[in-house]
Amino acid sequence: MPQVDMEKVEPLLEQYEDQRLNLIPILQDVQETYRYLPELVLRRISKKLRVPLTEVYQVATFYRCFSLVPRGKHVIQVCLGTACHVRGAPRVLDRILRDLKLPHAGTTEDLQFTVETVRCIGCCGLAPVARVDNANTHPHLTQAKVGGLLKKYQEKAEAPKAAKPDEASHAKA
Amino acid sequence: MLKLKSPHEIKELQLCLEASETTRPCISVCAGSGCKASGADNVIASLRKELEKRNLAGTIDLKSTGCHGFCEKGPVMIVWPEKVFYNGVSQSDAKDIVASVMNGHKPVEKLLYKDPNTGERVLHEHDVPFYARQQRILFGNNGKLDPKDIRDYIKVGGYHALGHVLTDFTPEQVVESVKRSGLRGRGGAGFPTGVKWEALRKSAVRPRYIVCNADEGDPGAFMDRSLLEGNPHSVIEGIIIGGYALEAKEAYVYVRAEYPLAVEHLSVAIQQAEKAGLLGDNILGTKMSFRIHLVQGAGAFVCGEETALLASIEGKVGEPNPRPPYPVQKGLWGKPTVINNVKTWASVPVIINKGADWYASIGTERSKGTMVFSLVGKINNTGLVEVPMGITLREMIYEIGGGIPKGKKLKAIQIGGPSGGCIPASMIDLPIDYEALTQAGSMMGSGGMVVMDEDTCMVDLARYFMEFLEEESCGKCFPCREGTQRLKDILNRISQGKGTEEDLELLDDAGWMIKETSLCGLGQTAPNPVLSTLRYFRDEYEAHIRDKKCPAKVCRELIVYEIDETICDGCHACVRVCASEAILGEKDKPHEIESGKCIKCGACIEVCQPKAVLVH
Ligand SMILES: Cc1cc2nc3c(=O)[nH]c(=O)nc-3n(C[C@H](O)[C@H](O)[C@H](O)COP(=O)(O)O)c2cc1C
Repeated sequence: MPQVDMEKVEPLLEQYEDQRLNLIPILQDVQETYRYLPELVLRRISKKLRVPLTEVYQVATFYRCFSLVPRGKHVIQVCLGTACHVRGAPRVLDRILRDLKLPHAGTTEDLQFTVETVRCIGCCGLAPVARVDNANTHPHLTQAKVGGLLKKYQEKAEAPKAAKPDEASHAKA
Repeated sequence: MLKLKSPHEIKELQLCLEASETTRPCISVCAGSGCKASGADNVIASLRKELEKRNLAGTIDLKSTGCHGFCEKGPVMIVWPEKVFYNGVSQSDAKDIVASVMNGHKPVEKLLYKDPNTGERVLHEHDVPFYARQQRILFGNNGKLDPKDIRDYIKVGGYHALGHVLTDFTPEQVVESVKRSGLRGRGGAGFPTGVKWEALRKSAVRPRYIVCNADEGDPGAFMDRSLLEGNPHSVIEGIIIGGYALEAKEAYVYVRAEYPLAVEHLSVAIQQAEKAGLLGDNILGTKMSFRIHLVQGAGAFVCGEETALLASIEGKVGEPNPRPPYPVQKGLWGKPTVINNVKTWASVPVIINKGADWYASIGTERSKGTMVFSLVGKINNTGLVEVPMGITLREMIYEIGGGIPKGKKLKAIQIGGPSGGCIPASMIDLPIDYEALTQAGSMMGSGGMVVMDEDTCMVDLARYFMEFLEEESCGKCFPCREGTQRLKDILNRISQGKGTEEDLELLDDAGWMIKETSLCGLGQTAPNPVLSTLRYFRDEYEAHIRDKKCPAKVCRELIVYEIDETICDGCHACVRVCASEAILGEKDKPHEIESGKCIKCGACIEVCQPKAVLVH
């Protein structure tokens, strides 16, 4: 099992009252902090909120924004909403996956990128679009633009890479 | 801001804000998600820099507003007081814009909207055809306000309706007004809002809860997002009025997490309303106490369904429950709960301010008021459109939407989200109201309107929606879980040219079975895209099955790519982008596609200037 920095958990949990209705907000917070939901953390949440572990897992696997395995450094959300679909999003998605050598949506081996499909981020006027790291929306995508888009984040990703060896080993564990 | 201590102080504050209104010119730049994606932040930054450089920061105001609706042309802005409308603005235009304001507002010609039909430049937003036919009673203020400043909302008359209700209405009278206005829920089903509220008031159980459904899961729809981003206080005001009418003390707004900007603006607005004494204990010095909590969705389409949404707020898996009991009987934590859509809530202050009869005078016999559509797909003017109910599809597509791009032919209009239906071009004179759309095999839904031209394959589209619905089916009930999978498999088969005539009967039979027997609205409407395309575009299905042809040239298994040697100028652009090294040919000589290698990704078509790549 990957090592998990459990020190971040308690301060995070302290912000919430121990109530069932806080389960999803807590999981969202954990997802943002760790980029996935580590098992040890889920066990801790289950104890603290007194929600059975099976139910914590049920929620963690039901909603699309949670992941039980680490996500990449950059998350590319390719919109497959209706407007994007009719304006060619499936081809853009295929291109991104091909360029990143992914057989389907998921995370690259070096943990640099996670490609996800989303159903509408509400930028239909600019279709097809993709959003990176929940912040930068790239409008009017074409296959020709994909290379440049990936490069932009690849370069950024390169710099702090030295600090990442332990994370890469997680992926194999 | 100071705490307001009585309903009258709202009016006083408004007068005070109006009086302090300067005559300074103001550049209001749209900073909604759409314009942001087109670079609005950079435009704002360079305008700010330009103003500072020229020492004009105190002479010209700069404001970031919510979505103006015309996303296609973003970033857009309005320069006040002349109300000059600019579109397609870029960073480098900042200098010209500031200079024009200083030179007596001589407009920057190249940034004015150009009417594609007449070629003429248009000066004001309301004269742009896209806006001219709209009636923007919910969205009208979006372009005027800074959504993060409550004073902007109060200045245009915000919270006036709340003050009015707290002083002059009994809770029953509020319900009566909403009922008389004819307002129907804007979240999809179109249930009369006043009737729903009345039903809740019949229950003696306390506490009662209020929920605002801002899950907006329909792909191709973004009106709720724009309203929350651009005018969050209008939604909050509606919810507080609802709290008074329904004698509830707490409300939950469930926003999807895919909308970070809406979440941010809404939480700022809630905080400001609390500080201003409009939320919390004894609001505006009255006996009413009321709080609004913000809950973020976690990415599940089915959570837009009301019973699933309630389960999700409680921290559970978002699975629907059978109704009855309806939420007004047994909702959040088993207590009576009214759940309404974002636009439904935002309509409430308008009804109070302008009167129920005024509201009821807009629209058709049974569909009152305005409806907000997101007009997207193969259409010239994409964006948000607010129109009176009863407007025809023709007016929507050709007058507001500006027609179909590249001179292509309109094929169909898909209305109502994934579970809506496709309306063929031949029914273009259909008036848009709840009943007419349902009769035509579609539905109003939440207002997503996706326009399709001759290049859209209806089988592929049906397959797309089934894939979506299969993925989003929560799996609780059998007909929806298994049925959507079967439909998808059949559609996949047909789109690969492996379908049979019997498949069409099967689609029809299975479709009706799923509709009749599913637990919630997701399954009950899931077959609509299949059934409506079968009804109007059967010939396209048959072409896939009998002739193994995709008439729109979309379905990959049924098409081949070829280069027309007589057109190809040998520029090598396609060779460079080809994903599978399937294009051969020397530079400056006609190229050729090796069909065995071609994966039909279409990258070559995208880059071919002389349009030499053909699809059969
Ligand atoms: C699968 C499904 C998804 C739905 N998604 C939404 C949604 O995203 N937003 C919404 O307001 N209503 C949605 N609804 C409708 C709600 O169940 C409910 O009818 C609505 O929130 C009531 O508010 P209204 O009366 O103001 O329309 C959905 C229904 C179904 C069956």
